[in-house]
Amino acid sequence: MADVPENAPTRKGYFDNFAFNNHCPGTQSQDAGKVSACQGCPNQNICASSKPTGPDPAVQEISQRLSNVKHKVIVLSGKGGVGKSTFTAHLAHGLASNSEKQIGVLDVDICGPSLPRILGVEGEQVHQSGSGWSPVYVDDNLSLMSVGFLLSSPSDAVIWRGPKKNGLIKQFLRDVDWGDLDYLVIDTPPGTSDEHLSIAQYLKEAQIDGAVIITTPQEVALLDVRKEINFCQKVGLPIIGVVENMSGFVCPKCKTESQIFPPTTGGGKKMSEDMKVPFLGSLPLDPLIGKCCDEGKSFLSEVPDSPATKAYISIIKKIENHCSQTLAARETDTGETTS
Amino acid sequence: MGISFYAPVIEDYGVVYGIFCMFVGDHLSGVQHVIMVLSGKGGVGKSTVATQIALGLRHEGKRVGLLDVDLCGPSIPRMFNLDHQDIHQCPEGWLPVYVDKDQKLAIMSISFLLENQNDAIVWRGPKKTAMIKQFLSDVVWKDLDYLVIDTPPGTSDEHISVVENLKSYNPDGAILVTTPQAVAVGDVRREITFCKKTHVPVIGIIENMSGFVCPNCSECTNVFSKGGGEALAKEFHVPFLGHIPLDPKLTQCLDEGKNFMEHYDKSPTLHAIEKVINTLVRIDRDLP
Repeated sequence: MADVPENAPTRKGYFDNFAFNNHCPGTQSQDAGKVSACQGCPNQNICASSKPTGPDPAVQEISQRLSNVKHKVIVLSGKGGVGKSTFTAHLAHGLASNSEKQIGVLDVDICGPSLPRILGVEGEQVHQSGSGWSPVYVDDNLSLMSVGFLLSSPSDAVIWRGPKKNGLIKQFLRDVDWGDLDYLVIDTPPGTSDEHLSIAQYLKEAQIDGAVIITTPQEVALLDVRKEINFCQKVGLPIIGVVENMSGFVCPKCKTESQIFPPTTGGGKKMSEDMKVPFLGSLPLDPLIGKCCDEGKSFLSEVPDSPATKAYISIIKKIENHCSQTLAARETDTGETTS
Repeated sequence: MGISFYAPVIEDYGVVYGIFCMFVGDHLSGVQHVIMVLSGKGGVGKSTVATQIALGLRHEGKRVGLLDVDLCGPSIPRMFNLDHQDIHQCPEGWLPVYVDKDQKLAIMSISFLLENQNDAIVWRGPKKTAMIKQFLSDVVWKDLDYLVIDTPPGTSDEHISVVENLKSYNPDGAILVTTPQAVAVGDVRREITFCKKTHVPVIGIIENMSGFVCPNCSECTNVFSKGGGEALAKEFHVPFLGHIPLDPKLTQCLDEGKNFMEHYDKSPTLHAIEKVINTLVRIDRDLP
């Protein structure tokens, strides 16, 4: 399957640029690097020489490794700083409040891993055993894997280009010994680039339940989030729904609600309707959420009666429902094909 | 087989491109100062700060260029209400889009090259790197006093490419933007390490979204805590450029592509931004 022509945006106006070359055969093509359109493209060398023969064996190994994981949920956003990691952490806490369930969290934000701090396990170490890397346990039924555990100091920067990041993501997916999991929640960096493509590609066979897309209400954020929805549709990633974070701030003194990030174009709800994807709900901006994240505590158990907690719980319920429905659909599917 | 056949073609291309660069691709030599806006963390206001700096410098009478190298999430065109502008090509290269009639503020972003604003740029590193190279070599900036470069979050392909390609032009340095909470400061700490390793001077740290004044009762709440950026600057001995408080009016202006400086000249947020710009203008005078 040629991956680039589908993904390549169409060129507008007249200008010379190889990247918008609509005749690119795609990196997976037999002709990659060899057709006339490739001449002059800086990638030609790479495409022509490092031709992968057949599918990456890692895809099979990864689906093998993750066969004991019932549900895989990806948290995405085109925009940075909208609360992907905060939401991931609280989704995990919320799911883990049922002590019967086993939850794993994978942080594939290689350059800015925040989950070790948000889940309160900063400075921990990953151990290696015969069956792979053991994740760090936050709770009896909640484990985390992040590049943050592999760095020697919190100021260490991971200055890596794409291929190296992809290598580590592959290792995270293939070599972490999660044990039996009910949910694996994957937190991603902002954008639609290496990390996202790799996750979608490596998990192709492992059946992802879907993506939760996080946004904030202002148009500048929605602009990037629309691109992310577009990305999901291109790579065939199902969308569970959109969550609008930081919508509305209640002054702790006078209780007046202000819109710190005003929804000038209708916010996440309107965008979901326009893009025809489900809207899961809005989460208010509560300074205590940020504080809990900084201190590595769960906001849901620290402030159980706040409106934000209630909003969180209702969204988590919706995600759980979606996941059990996809599981049921998958079982009837396989049942039909085997019988 | 395929490789041996194509190898000479690549070499030829390299030579031709090299000569091409010598004559045409050197549009940055007419640029006095290059300033990067960086942050390890996303959504802390890099594009907002870059936009306000560009507008502020123009206000000081400078000729300014603003380059948006956030390829997956370009926000700059929206912030100037230039969503549907086109890039034109001239014999020397690509012409940037000018915000004003007297051509004092020029903008270049990938968003101008997209047919549909919702199109996602799903590119891996090498393609992004090549695009950035082209942005830095082929855009005809003409004579600029300042080139401000807005970047995506992280320390990866885009950042390495920008720094590598700017090496011979002695960029003035980087402004790091953070928000006050520890989770954001943690990522910006990594960005300082990046600057050190790549020998990019840190002009200073800005703490954005620092405090929100309730429009009803004027009570100031630290929505994302306070002081994190300032403490970080102290720890690493880099200049602290100031706190910029949250102002919903600023977000609104950016969504609508209006000039915040013209509409709300009494906002404390604006004063904070002006302070930062004064520091930047001073760099100009300090240089020999």
